[in-house]
Amino acid sequence: MAEQLYNAIFVGSIYALFAVGFALVFSVLDILNLAHPVVFMLGAFVALFFMSTFGAPAALAAVAAFAVTGVFGIFLDRVAFAPLRRRGAPPLSAMISSLGFAIVVIRLMELRYGPDLVSYPAGSLPQAILQIGDARLDGLRLLIIGLAIILMAALTYVVRVTQLGRDIRALAENPRAARLLGVDVDRAIAATFFISSGLGGVAGALLGFAYNAIYPQMGTPYELKAFTVMVVGGMGSLPGAVLGAYILGIGEIAALVFLPAEFAELRDALAFGLLFLVLVIRPRGLLGHRVADRA
Amino acid sequence: MSPPLLEVEDLRVRYGAVEAVHGVSFAVNAGEVTTLIGANGAGKSSTLAALSGLVPAGGRIRFDGRDIAGAPPHAIVRAGIVQVPEGREILAQMTVEENLLMGLRGRARSDLDSAYERFPILGERRALLAGSLSGGEQQMLAIARALLARPRLLLLDEPSLGLAPLIVKRVFDTLADLRRQGITMLLVEQNALRALRLADRAYVMELGKLVMRGTGQDLLGDEGVARTYLGG
Ligand SMILES: Nc1ncnc2c1ncn2[C@@H]1O[C@H](COP(=O)(O)OP(=O)(O)OP(=O)(O)O)[C@@H](O)[C@H]1O
Ligand SMILES: [Mg+2]
Repeated sequence: MAEQLYNAIFVGSIYALFAVGFALVFSVLDILNLAHPVVFMLGAFVALFFMSTFGAPAALAAVAAFAVTGVFGIFLDRVAFAPLRRRGAPPLSAMISSLGFAIVVIRLMELRYGPDLVSYPAGSLPQAILQIGDARLDGLRLLIIGLAIILMAALTYVVRVTQLGRDIRALAENPRAARLLGVDVDRAIAATFFISSGLGGVAGALLGFAYNAIYPQMGTPYELKAFTVMVVGGMGSLPGAVLGAYILGIGEIAALVFLPAEFAELRDALAFGLLFLVLVIRPRGLLGHRVADRA
Repeated sequence: MSPPLLEVEDLRVRYGAVEAVHGVSFAVNAGEVTTLIGANGAGKSSTLAALSGLVPAGGRIRFDGRDIAGAPPHAIVRAGIVQVPEGREILAQMTVEENLLMGLRGRARSDLDSAYERFPILGERRALLAGSLSGGEQQMLAIARALLARPRLLLLDEPSLGLAPLIVKRVFDTLADLRRQGITMLLVEQNALRALRLADRAYVMELGKLVMRGTGQDLLGDEGVARTYLGG
């Protein structure tokens, strides 16, 4: 039981890191970044590259994954979103543009690495088993949970306390007011993509470490989950996305534990059903608030 | 005599196929209050939007000898032109203090204390969400926030709009205060009487053109202005 809860928190932490970045871009630009799963996957491969080519330790590789995918996020914006934004394209076009971008990058990665599972170099991942009572817990996952929480705390600090964070929130709430207050919009958007993609990339690297198996399509299953988690948390609310992520993680593991094997097909249904229930009770999501009138 | 702080020449603003401002020229002298009055849809807000870089515009805009036409809004704010927009545009989901910090943008916090001294009500409400303030308080917040950006030219778009008479008086008292401090202002108003009384220089805008200019006193005494804008 303790092991299952531990795994639920681990999975929830990965969902949360993935979903906050997704929600951040949504809150600022009102677009769904369908290339976010690609950034997640690239994070895992960037870490692999640094570990196998330079023999970098896993911790350093995770930092590299953050930096490289962060910069990649800015590039993604320039290619997939900025040209449409300049011409005032509707959000749906931006969504399709990011989807196209994502497919191209995934195909390129499959060309280079093949579609199959790739592992990290032998012995490059820290290994420790924690024995607590009769529960055997994977120590690496504890590190990952801790790191995820630290990263989310850092994100909260940046968004809540710094001038950059205020600029990003002002842009999210009222772009016109933000401009009139001297916010450099291009810079704030670039920062948004850097943070969002950096967190997504780290999440991918950390998940890759935990499973020691990565592949070009590894981000795809997270897309729908992140979207669901964001809606349930309250569109664009970062704490809401985190809360939703942990609920989904716990729901999934609970389904695994409590559903008899013959109902295995219902596992996803149970987890998503839980989130659906939240929406029925609170249509604006757990922590969603009425978006200010922009008229 | 030194040249004007702001010189606008042949300014044109168009929205798609429609031109809203048809080549207006005017100037704002340092230390003076200049007012722009005119009916709904005359193009006053469009003119201010062009000065702030929010909409593309034709013509020349010289501020302190520099050509700023086409500069992005944040560069214009940095150059010293700060706008209190129509409808106040406070950030409702941020606290009062966070709104003020948006004006301050990392400059010395001592300015923040002076803002609270000038507007004690904002000090009392600093931790509240700005959206919870009354209309008059929101207007004070919008003005205080703009002042924290240390404007060399303050653009005000209908600061008295939608406020109760007593609050309108307070807003104009504040503007008179700012004038005494030597803050240069370009004031767009529907409350022509109060605006003209405050103004050193005034322009009347109709259908995207400037149709009259003079001192505030001149326009107050003009029969046509009185009939159309002063309700008398
Ligand atoms: N974003 C826009 N898109 C299209 N047309 C616009 C836009 N903004 C203003 N206009 C039009 O331009 C003209 C001038 O509008 P503007 O808001 O500048 O006038 P105003 O003098 O500020 O009026 P008010 O007193 O109502 O604020 C109007 O005909 C208006 O309909
Ligand atoms: Mg107007």
